Amino acid sequence: MEKALLTKDPYNLIITGVGGQGNVLASRLLAGMLVRQGFRVTVGETFGVSQRGGSVMSHVRISANTVWSPQIPRGHADLVVTLEPIEAIRVLAAYGNRQVKVLTNTRPVYPAAVIAGQERYPAPAEIREAISGLSAAAWFIDATSLAMKLGNPILANIIMIGALAGLAALPLSRDGLTEIVKEMMTQDKLEANLQAFDLGLALMGKNVTADGRGE
Amino acid sequence: MSRLLDETEGKEYFFMGNEAIARGALEAGLSVAAAYPGTPSSEIIDNLSRVAKARNLYVEWSVNEKVAVEVAAAASFAGLRSLTAMKQNGVNVASDFLLHLVGSGIRGGMVLISCDDPGALSSVNEGEARHFARLLEIPLLEPSDFQEAKDMTAWAFELSEELKTIVMVRSTTRLSHASGNVRLGKLKDLKRQALFRNQGAFLDSENGPLVSAPVIYKHRLQQERMKKAGEIFEASPFNSYVGPKEPELLLITSSSCFLYSREAVEIMGLAGRVGILKLATTWPLPVNLVKRRLARADKVLIVEEVIPFLEENVKVLAAECAGELGIKTFFGKREETLPSVGELNPDLVMAAIGKALGLEYQAISSDYEAKARELSLLFAPGREQTFCAGCPHRASFWSIHQALQLDGRKGFVCGDIGCYTMAMFPCGFSALKTLHSMGSGIGLAGGFGQLGQFGFDQPVLTVCGDSTFYHAAIPALINAVHHRAKILMIILDNSGTAMTGFQSHPGLSVNAMGEDSPPVDIARICEAIGAKVAYADPFDLEETGRALAGILEDEGQGTKVLILRQICALSPERKGKKRFEMKVDEDRCVSEACGCNRLCTRIFRCPGLMNDYAKGKAIIDEVICAGCGVCASICPTGAIERREVA
Repeated sequence: MEKALLTKDPYNLIITGVGGQGNVLASRLLAGMLVRQGFRVTVGETFGVSQRGGSVMSHVRISANTVWSPQIPRGHADLVVTLEPIEAIRVLAAYGNRQVKVLTNTRPVYPAAVIAGQERYPAPAEIREAISGLSAAAWFIDATSLAMKLGNPILANIIMIGALAGLAALPLSRDGLTEIVKEMMTQDKLEANLQAFDLGLALMGKNVTADGRGE
Repeated sequence: MSRLLDETEGKEYFFMGNEAIARGALEAGLSVAAAYPGTPSSEIIDNLSRVAKARNLYVEWSVNEKVAVEVAAAASFAGLRSLTAMKQNGVNVASDFLLHLVGSGIRGGMVLISCDDPGALSSVNEGEARHFARLLEIPLLEPSDFQEAKDMTAWAFELSEELKTIVMVRSTTRLSHASGNVRLGKLKDLKRQALFRNQGAFLDSENGPLVSAPVIYKHRLQQERMKKAGEIFEASPFNSYVGPKEPELLLITSSSCFLYSREAVEIMGLAGRVGILKLATTWPLPVNLVKRRLARADKVLIVEEVIPFLEENVKVLAAECAGELGIKTFFGKREETLPSVGELNPDLVMAAIGKALGLEYQAISSDYEAKARELSLLFAPGREQTFCAGCPHRASFWSIHQALQLDGRKGFVCGDIGCYTMAMFPCGFSALKTLHSMGSGIGLAGGFGQLGQFGFDQPVLTVCGDSTFYHAAIPALINAVHHRAKILMIILDNSGTAMTGFQSHPGLSVNAMGEDSPPVDIARICEAIGAKVAYADPFDLEETGRALAGILEDEGQGTKVLILRQICALSPERKGKKRFEMKVDEDRCVSEACGCNRLCTRIFRCPGLMNDYAKGKAIIDEVICAGCGVCASICPTGAIERREVA
C-alpha cells in the first residue's frame, strides 16, 4: 500500500482526558489505523493509580520509518486532542508550542477539589481563551452531549477521532476505523462507533465549531 | 481469531509491550504460565489466558508470586517451557525460591518477566529487580522496544534451555504499557510430553533429583553458566552501537532509555559527536564489547532508571581494565548528572548530555513557557486520586472514619495494597495511617495489638482486599489470632482483583482460563484460624456503622474480622448498570444555607456529585453517577433521592 505522507516526522499527537473517558482506547484505535497503513507508531500512556478520575495522557508518535520513544519531549506536541477541557491547558504547559493545534471536547469533568469547593473550575470563556492563546489553531466541540444523543457518553472519544479525521492532519478514514474496530472490538460495537465517527467528521467538514482562527 | 494467534509470519500488528511479550512466549512454544497480577505486568498473563485453550496452554493466576514461580518451575522440571511474570515487588516475594532454583537448575526453558515501575506510576515503592539478576547469578535481558520485547522473550527461552538456568527479562512501564509495531514470527508448538526424570544419580542434572545441594558445587555450576552467557552475549545482535568511531561522549544505555537517548542526540543535533552503545544483555555484561567502546571514548554517560546498576557494573569493568583503557570520566546517577529517583525522559537525557558536554538546550521558548505555566496554575486545578463513582471503598471508609471519630480514642487503620490504598488520601477520609507491602496491614496491626503492656490503648484496625487476603495476609492473621492481638481486620471484598483489571483469585468460582474452580471462602478460613467473623453491606451505612461500633465497644480480647462485601463498580457484572436513579430534590437542598456545610460534595466527594454554585444546590452528574445510592444516606435533610431502577 502506498503510504500517505506526514506533514512532519515524527508527528506528535497527545490525547488527553480523565480516566474513564475512553482515552486509552481512542489512542489505540487511532494507532492501529495508522499501523495498518504502514506507519511506525509508538503510544505511551500515562495514567495514575486510580482506574477513574485522574488525568490520563497518551503520547502518540507517528513516523514513516522510526520507532520513537513513548514520551514526547517537552514543547514538541503537534496536535492535542482533549476529552476534557482543562486537561488541554495542563498538557500545553509541558508539551505546547506556538504551532500546536488543539481539538477540545468542552464537557468538564470536575476534579474532587473543585467539587469540594477548595478550587475553582474556570468558566468556558476562560478555557477557550487560554487554549486559543496557547495554540495556533483551536476547535471546540461538545462531544459528550452529542454522544449522549447517540445513546452513550463514552462515544465522545470516537466523535473526537472523527473530528480529528476532519482536520486532515493525519490520514484517517471511515474504512480505516471499520477495519480496526473489527480487529479490536466485538462486532456489535461497529455501528455505534461509525455513527460517532461520521458525526465528528461532519462537524469539521461544516467548520461550524472552529473558533474563527481554524485553518 | 485472536491477533496473538495470527500465523501470518511477517505481518505487522500494533501491540502493547505486554502483548508482544506474550506473543514472544507463544513463538517459543510456551506450555505453562503462572503469575500474580501487578501493574505493569498483568496483561502478559491476561493475553495468554485468552489463548490458553486454542494453544493447549496451562495458565493460572497464582495466589502470590512465589507460588507462581514454583508452578512455572515444576513445568520446567518436567521438560516444558514456562513463563512467570510480575511487577518488581513480586520478585522480592519470589526471591527466596529463586535463589534455590538457580542452585537446582532447570530443564525446560524458563523465563521470568519482571516489569519494573520507574517513577512509581502505579506502585508504592520505586524498587527494581535488575539487582536480583546479579544476586541470583542469572542472565538479564532488557528489550528497548516492542519488536525486541517479542523477539527477546522468544530468545530468552532458547537461552534458558541452553544454559539450564532461569532467564530474567526486564521490562518497565514505558515498554509494558506502551504500544508499537510488532512484526510476527513463527508460532511454535513443541508438542513436548511432560515427564519429571528423577531416578538418575544425585549429581545428574538431566535425570537426577533437582535440589540446590551440594551448595558449593551447584553454586560453581551456576557461575560457569554465567561465564557461558557472557560469551553468548558478546555476539548478540540485540546489542548495538550507533555514532562516530571515536565519540566525544559515549552513552551506554538499555531499555526504553535507549529510545530517550537516541531522541535526545537527534534533537540536540549531536549525532556526529555522541555515540550510543545500546545493551540489551545487561547481566552478565558482554565484557569485550563494552571494553571496545570504552577504549574509544574518554567521557561516558550511563543512562538508566532506578538504581545505578549498569553504571556500577561498567565502572567495575573500567576499574579492572584501567591499565589497558586509561582513566575515564563517568557521568550518571552517582554524581547526579541524571536524577537518582523518578523515571527518565528525552528531556532529562538532553539535560545530562548538556552537562557532560557543557551545552545548553532549551525545550520551550521562555515567554511561551511562562504564559503556559501561568494559565495552567490559574485554570487547571489538579486532579487528586479518588475512588470511582459508586466505589464500595468510599462507602466503607466513610463508615470506618465515622466510627473512629465517634469512638474518640485516636484509633487508626493500617493500610494494604489495592485500590483502597488511596484511602490514605481525602477520598478515603485519610483513614489509612500506615502503608507498606502486600499483607503488611494485618502484620503491623498484629504488632500494634501487642503493645497494651506499654500503655497503648488506641483501637487498631486494618483493611485488606479479597485478592490481597489470599496473597500474603493469612500467615499474619494466624499470627495475630495465636497471640491474641486485640485488633479488627476489615476485609474489603469487592469480588475480584479490581485494581489490575479483574483477574480471578482463589475466592472466585472461575480461574484464569475461564474454567469452573472451587472458591476458597475467606470467612471459613478466618473462622478456622479462630477469628470471630461478622458481615455487613458497605452500601448500607447504618448496618456497617452498627457493626463497627459494636466491635469497637467490645472489650473482649482477640482478633475480629468484619467482611464488607460489595462488587466493584467497574466489574464486568456491574459496570454501566445503575441500581438507583439518583435525583436531588431542589426544594429540600439548600446547599450552603443548610447546616450540613455541603457534606455530600465537600466531605463525601463522590465524583458523581457536583455543587451548582449559581443555584445553590447539589446536583447529580448523570454521566458519572454509578447509581449506588449511598449519597442518599449521607444527606441529613433527605434531599438526595434514590429510585430503584426496574
